[in-house]
Amino acid sequence: MSATLEETLAQSLKDLASAEDLARLDQIRVHFLGKKGLFTEQMKTLGSLPPEQRKLAGQVINQAKDRFQSQLDVKKTALETEALAARLASESIDVTLPGRGQAVGGLHPVTTTLRRIHEIFGGVGFKVVEGPEIEDDYHNFTALNIPAHHPARAMHDTFYFDAHTVLRTHTSPVQIRVMETQTPPLKVIAPGRVYRCDSDLTHTPMFHQVEGFLVDTDVSFADLKGIIYEFLSAFFEKDIPVRFRPSYFPFTEPSAEVDIECVMCGGAGCRVCKQTGWLEVMGCGMIHPEVFKAVNVDGERYTGFAFGMGVERLAMLRYGINDLRLFFENDLKFLEQFN
Amino acid sequence: MRISEAWLREYVNPAISTQQLVGQLTMAGLEVDSVQAVAADFSGVVVGEVLSLAQHPDADRLRVCQVAVGGPEPLQIVCGASNVRAGLKVAAALIGAVLPGDFKIKKSKLRGVESYGMLCSEQELGMAAESQGLMELPNAAPVGADIRAYLALDDTLIELDLTPNRADCLSVEGLAREVAALNGMELELRQTEPVPACHQQELPVHVSAPHACPCYLGRMILGVNATAPTPLWMQERLRRSGLRSLGPLVDVTNYVLLELGQPLHAFDADKLQGGIHVRYARQDEPVALLNGQNIPLDSDTLIIADTNQALALAGVMGGMDSAVSGTTRNIFLECAFFSPQTLAGKARRYGLHTDSSHRFERGVDPTLQQRAIERASQLILEIAGGQPGPVTQMTDAAALPKRLPVRLRRQRLERLLGMALPEAHITGIFRCLGMAVQPESDGWSITPPGRRFDIAIEADLIEELARIHGYNRLPSSRPLMSAQLAPASENVIDIERLKDLLVDRGYREAITYSFVDADIQNLVAPDDTFLRLQNPISAELSVMRTTLWCGLLKAALHNTHRQQDRVRLFETGLRFVGIDGQTRQEKMLAGLVLGGTYDEQWGEKTRKADFFDTKADVEALFKLTGCPAQFAKTEHPALHPGQSAKILAESGDCIGHLGMLHPTLEKQLGFETPVFLFELSQDLVLAKRKPAFKPLSKFPSVRRDLALLVEEHITAGEIIATVQGMAETLLKELAIFDVYRGQGVAAGYKSIALSLVLQNDQQTLTDADIDATVNKILETLTQKINATLRE
Repeated sequence: MSATLEETLAQSLKDLASAEDLARLDQIRVHFLGKKGLFTEQMKTLGSLPPEQRKLAGQVINQAKDRFQSQLDVKKTALETEALAARLASESIDVTLPGRGQAVGGLHPVTTTLRRIHEIFGGVGFKVVEGPEIEDDYHNFTALNIPAHHPARAMHDTFYFDAHTVLRTHTSPVQIRVMETQTPPLKVIAPGRVYRCDSDLTHTPMFHQVEGFLVDTDVSFADLKGIIYEFLSAFFEKDIPVRFRPSYFPFTEPSAEVDIECVMCGGAGCRVCKQTGWLEVMGCGMIHPEVFKAVNVDGERYTGFAFGMGVERLAMLRYGINDLRLFFENDLKFLEQFN
Repeated sequence: MRISEAWLREYVNPAISTQQLVGQLTMAGLEVDSVQAVAADFSGVVVGEVLSLAQHPDADRLRVCQVAVGGPEPLQIVCGASNVRAGLKVAAALIGAVLPGDFKIKKSKLRGVESYGMLCSEQELGMAAESQGLMELPNAAPVGADIRAYLALDDTLIELDLTPNRADCLSVEGLAREVAALNGMELELRQTEPVPACHQQELPVHVSAPHACPCYLGRMILGVNATAPTPLWMQERLRRSGLRSLGPLVDVTNYVLLELGQPLHAFDADKLQGGIHVRYARQDEPVALLNGQNIPLDSDTLIIADTNQALALAGVMGGMDSAVSGTTRNIFLECAFFSPQTLAGKARRYGLHTDSSHRFERGVDPTLQQRAIERASQLILEIAGGQPGPVTQMTDAAALPKRLPVRLRRQRLERLLGMALPEAHITGIFRCLGMAVQPESDGWSITPPGRRFDIAIEADLIEELARIHGYNRLPSSRPLMSAQLAPASENVIDIERLKDLLVDRGYREAITYSFVDADIQNLVAPDDTFLRLQNPISAELSVMRTTLWCGLLKAALHNTHRQQDRVRLFETGLRFVGIDGQTRQEKMLAGLVLGGTYDEQWGEKTRKADFFDTKADVEALFKLTGCPAQFAKTEHPALHPGQSAKILAESGDCIGHLGMLHPTLEKQLGFETPVFLFELSQDLVLAKRKPAFKPLSKFPSVRRDLALLVEEHITAGEIIATVQGMAETLLKELAIFDVYRGQGVAAGYKSIALSLVLQNDQQTLTDADIDATVNKILETLTQKINATLRE
């Protein structure tokens, strides 16, 4: 190896060792391997050598070049790794900071509860039907076998607009409206707002009910019991003890109140269940023949059941809400608890 | 209704505990509301007699009493009650007595004077929530007797919440009948022997409305002692049912009402002029009622009158002028059957509700009157003495309600209950309930007793069977559901999807009352015709909303008053608006935005939401349905005149409004920051367009931007409409990406930057095609809205 080549190689390796970044490394590469690079210049001198020496001299230069090249590659990889590490370090963020942009809102717990009820009944083919909230007294009372001056009217605390126009006191008039226009078999649930002229700790003048009814040729009280059991265990997501208690509604006969075991105390007796261990959650019964008569459905051929439940009541039991009035204050601190 | 368990058990005494009895009643449809001991637990309290008393030497309010308690010596007891006096019979707690709350009575010194016991009030014995002074016992109370035994305090009060169909259970006897049936026991009714007449004096009775009053019985009892003391047992039973003792005559009528369920009335016979007339009132005829009210009557109201005037509201309340008092000597005792149809609604109309009207409205046993008047006569004679006359009886048998036989078909019973019951069980239940059973080929013919107004059809009988058998012993099954495939329409979107969209965009759902304050309603929608409730709960909830904004604004205020500076709410529901004399109930979707666009956060500058932030939420709703909506400037009384838009469907129908709450209203309502509102008709916004596929172009698209100068009054909507109106086939997308006013743009003008995306479905666009289209658009814009290209 010529002294010049030796010097060039030594210098090139020294330069590589001192290179601190990829740009400098590239300069060094060009300086030694470029078109006018020092190794390239060395190759150009081969032409002045006698032919027999050229091969050997060429090999020597190439060996020097290869050595430089391999050192260059090593250095390049090292510098690239270093550069990436530096970039990653500089781009590091606090991943615990919250994300940016719009927060998600939420549905009212009454809607959430209604959706669950719809889902449970919708699964077996109940259709959702709505009705007017300003009703005539025929649909709200008379057709439901509650004639004028019936004591049951007094139980309803009705809001009146005039002698014959009321705010519906229950969702049962939807039963009448559906049966007036459709023929059995019918499987309907009717959710909505209802109104009672009553306001205190446990009553608001407006609340929500879901009415459900099924009319077909062979519907029995046993079917009613079955569907209520299934609904309540689906709604509360557990096999909850349920009992049926005789009661009175003018539009069903037989009529029943449905109690569930108190979800607050597990039936031991507490303030919520008035020490009885049971909570009233819905009313139900077999559709009264007078109701069928009012809508021209043949009560001999068809039988049916109907049930009605208070949505706020179910939501309170499900989520442990202790004050009915909160539902209509729309306090964000209340609403945001139901996401 | 509240009754004493001991009284009930005197009639029928099944071997079951109070708890079991109460459970039985509830499960038979006679819901027990509460169960309460007549007195709290205590012991060691006896009847005492205050023999003498002296002033305490060191305390003004205390007396030192010598009290006989049945022992050899009287006890010295210090007492502070104001009603303590010599001769008074009292409840004396002896040394060693334990009063409610585990309060032990010990020998003690009160201000230096020894006391060997305590004289008690009703409150101290847990017999009343509060009381003033000592409990005063009758003079006849035996000194030394245990108070619990003497007053029969080991008893329970059962409060029942009876449904309107079960008037037959509004008495001890009625309830006993039910308990007997539930326990398979026989109920032996007490026979009341007719009271023989001692004289022949009668009051003539004229019933001019026999259908309203098919049975009227009356009897003169002369020479009664109206100040005779009511016996303790009767006072106690009345008290346990929540009735005060008001003298022997009223007490007896109340007692018979509780015992048998038959309301009676005693008139002071000396205050009656001529005879008794049962008739309808003349319109506006006055009556002075027992409660002191003077009311004018309607002509459909049945009254009891004498020859001169209306005396009483039949079956509801007696009158002042003919009421018995301490000086009454002769009485006329009335016992009638008034038909439920006649009484229905009357008490309520006059704002009265009495034990009597409660029973008559629901139906009193029409076979009971004879027994009841004899029972009351007997009790009056026992307590107040007197000479009974014969019973005057006006009965129109044809007008009395009849219980007709009701058919029950075995097959119908089984079909409705989903099970068969053994024949003997069925007939056994009906007989227990006092019903006559007649077997028929396919079932039975059942005749209910007179008291059961609620048994009229087959279903009523089925309920009775189910009730006594026990609802929880009936089978439960899975109903056969005739399944049908549900349609899945793409012409309409479910409102629930729109709710979800708003929730995802940061809104919370509110539910506000459908009735609102008339003031807010008038502020927000002064031009709407609204409906007013006749009987609102309060002025704040008195008129039906014609816009959901009323409730949302109130809900927003509720929150801003509670340190919330960012509110995003929506609500769905009906609005009620009068149009051409009809009330329309329209489903609406409304929203309210107030405060920052986002919750305060580290990564974004806080900025108050404005019209366009809110508009984006509304536009997003239309993106879901695929139906285009136009926004047009409008004026709305609730909104800022420069920031309000009406939203139009393609058909031109108005879907709703969007805008900023008018600054005047903002201030009036008490907001401190701008409020943005929208309200849409659900029926219109839910219309959905079924997507229609178009093939994708294989050729590249080209974008060209135009910076246009237009006069200030030209709206973005006009520019877009002008270009779209040209229906250029190459134009695929059109958008405004900048609006600029200021330097370089003359006053009265604005610069609008328009981006055009062009594409040919058949071939690659040439420069010539592009220029031709762009130039044509520019020319049209110049021509139609005087737009020029900004240099």
